[in-house]
Amino acid sequence: MAKPATKPTVDAPPAKSESSQPGPGSNSVSPDQLKSFYRDMLLIRRFEERAGQLYGMGLIGGFCHLYIGQEAVVVGMQSTIIDKDAIITSYRDHGHMLAAGMDPKGVMAELTGRRDGYSKGKGGSMHMFSREKSFYGGHGIVGAQVPIGTGLAFAHKYNGDNNVSLTYFGDGSANQGQVSEAMNMAALWKLPVVYVIENNRYGMGTSVERSTAITELYRHGQAYGIPGEAVDGMDVVAVRAAGLKAVDHARSGRGPYILEMQTYRYRGHSMSDPAKYRTKEEVDKYRTERDPIDHARKLMLDGRMTDEAALKAIDAEIRKIVNDSAEFAQQSPEPDPSELWTDVLAEA
Amino acid sequence: MSIPVLMPALSPTMTEGKLAKWHVKVGDKVTSGQVICEIETDKATMEVEAVDEGTVAKIMVEEGTEGVAVNAPIVILAAEGESVDDAAKAASDAAKVAPAAAAAKAEAPKEEALKAEAKPAAAPPAPAVAAPAAEPEWKGKTVRMTVREALRDAMAEEMRRDGKVFLMGEEVAQYQGAYKVSQGLLEEFGEKRVIDTPITEHGFAGLGVGAAFGGLRPIVEFMTFNFAMQAIDQIINSAAKTRYMSGGQMGCPIVFRGPNGAAARVGAQHSQCYASWYAHVPGLRVLAPWSAADAKGLLKAAIRDPNPVIFLENEILYGHQFDVPEGDDFVLPIGKAKVERPGKDVTITAFSIMVGKALQAADELAKSGIEAEVINLRSLRPFDTETIVASIKKTNRLVSVEEGWPFAGIGSELAAQMMDHAFDWLDAPVKRVAGLDIPLPYAANLEKMALPQPDDIVKAAREVCNR
Repeated sequence: MAKPATKPTVDAPPAKSESSQPGPGSNSVSPDQLKSFYRDMLLIRRFEERAGQLYGMGLIGGFCHLYIGQEAVVVGMQSTIIDKDAIITSYRDHGHMLAAGMDPKGVMAELTGRRDGYSKGKGGSMHMFSREKSFYGGHGIVGAQVPIGTGLAFAHKYNGDNNVSLTYFGDGSANQGQVSEAMNMAALWKLPVVYVIENNRYGMGTSVERSTAITELYRHGQAYGIPGEAVDGMDVVAVRAAGLKAVDHARSGRGPYILEMQTYRYRGHSMSDPAKYRTKEEVDKYRTERDPIDHARKLMLDGRMTDEAALKAIDAEIRKIVNDSAEFAQQSPEPDPSELWTDVLAEA
Repeated sequence: MSIPVLMPALSPTMTEGKLAKWHVKVGDKVTSGQVICEIETDKATMEVEAVDEGTVAKIMVEEGTEGVAVNAPIVILAAEGESVDDAAKAASDAAKVAPAAAAAKAEAPKEEALKAEAKPAAAPPAPAVAAPAAEPEWKGKTVRMTVREALRDAMAEEMRRDGKVFLMGEEVAQYQGAYKVSQGLLEEFGEKRVIDTPITEHGFAGLGVGAAFGGLRPIVEFMTFNFAMQAIDQIINSAAKTRYMSGGQMGCPIVFRGPNGAAARVGAQHSQCYASWYAHVPGLRVLAPWSAADAKGLLKAAIRDPNPVIFLENEILYGHQFDVPEGDDFVLPIGKAKVERPGKDVTITAFSIMVGKALQAADELAKSGIEAEVINLRSLRPFDTETIVASIKKTNRLVSVEEGWPFAGIGSELAAQMMDHAFDWLDAPVKRVAGLDIPLPYAANLEKMALPQPDDIVKAAREVCNR
């Protein structure tokens, strides 16, 4: 576990006003909440394993970036937001969609390029959206979602609707110029955006140390006066606690906030990853000692919040959901050829 | 029920690989996510994780085996409640009969792929696009105004009409616009809706796209389109493609506007025409007005349009005066060219500032009895092929005029379009008049030589008319 070298927070200015809209719950996590986090993380894990398998069988094409290992970040953050808060991320997006409540069948069917996929088979792994769940993609250009997420926050402020934007990006994106450009405007105009940096330590095969002058990514907003905080992204409870604070900061009109989620991806960057840039021991250490799902499981069992039988029932439920989604994704027909020409432009 | 684990592909092009190492042996229990073996190709290595749970019943491929076909079973798991022996037996029974079948099955996709390559399913033709409604004839009063005022009025009227419309860009608010196009807008609409941005084109273009995804209708001003090159990824990858990539769920109602092309002696970096760059991209609309009436009617249409619109203005034209229909109701159809001057001998097409040059050329040609028909293209995507073809059926000759570079320019596209749609009506090859194929020079004499002048158009028209 990489520990930040310095004090892992950049302080926020004192609050001017409190949020007028109640947040989704207090800092402490109830047994039921923890159980639902466990379930949601497990859904992502099992879904991604199945996606990897379908990719291996040639049923999913092109690029496929799996979220395995990072589940606590998106599940913890999702528990801190309310209806209509915007969510946007990069191309490692399956976990975000499932956490946002999108139907696993529709997500898997998009992965297989079928007509019942969220984008009718025209987007693929990196390009899915759900207006209903306020999920704004799914973006394939590293860092491009950051100004867009900032623009979603701009729209929320413009409309005065008290919603915020959760804008996720990775340690690789953190060095893109447009990320700094967006942070400047967000701070300048006090936009309600939380930048969630998922620092999984490698942008493709290049480690943060080899790509980034200031490796404490939560400090990257300092030039714009944006408060930031490093968070144990393998601990869903810690993620939620930090998320509640950050979301409240943004929602109460105090502007952007940066959360650096220190996390780890177990799988390669995409499916064809040479795995030469990190050691097997490093990966194994995270898998065995830091796994977010094992951690939640242990918390529940140690705290006698649940028992093995109840967890087994969750496993079975998830297995069924994932199997059904894989079955659905293979049964759904390919898009009709007439779909080639639709959805290019909206009718005036 | 025994569960076979298949040899995975690491990429869509991989057909076989090496089974490098087993991490499990017969009798081991495996759980989802557990690494069971390692496979290798010349490009990558991968740890294969179990997806299903069970007990290892039979290893089908020994460690170190090369050339294992993708989708071949590599291990058989006994499911919960099934004995390892039964699963192994079922697997070996299946293997006895199966090898031939399995091999055939492994080959099948390749054959199918070959067949598919040999005879790809034909793409359906592009659906016919309904021609936009003709420009309504204006019977009301007109007022004389500059292009600059027309653009300002268009924005002000649309901002009054729709609270979701806002303007952002460098110097649009307090400075009143670098070219004074947004004069008075801050005063009327306030700083919530008229927003000075930092000099950060990529960032504010992306922010505008996000605001449009979020339901607003941004007008993003680029001080000039030269600076929009910093932002072109957001314009094309985010604004133009997202609707398609989302299966129609998302939309991006946004206008990117600002001066395009050469001004007067501002050098190569500030003097480029981007018409063909943007006109190349499906998912965008691209407009290039000439007159103040074009500017007002088309900018209002652009702001109301639910798609991303590239609105190419011209700095020199900002101060030119034209008659403009009076009132808030004047909106022009997108996708409709305008015949500015009828003629029977040669068709001259142009857009933006070149329309004026083409009209000057037509005056000159008239002196020697050549009646040129001048078409103001106005909309480059969608492109009004119909109006041009109708003109060629009359004149049988076409000269295309543009300020931008000739290679892969609008004129090149026009020539190709006319081959498709008017080949039999042409009596001479289509002639292109374009800016010279060089970065625009600064010196007054060189700059003039590099940009199309009325004389160049006259010469080209005479050539195709053979007079």
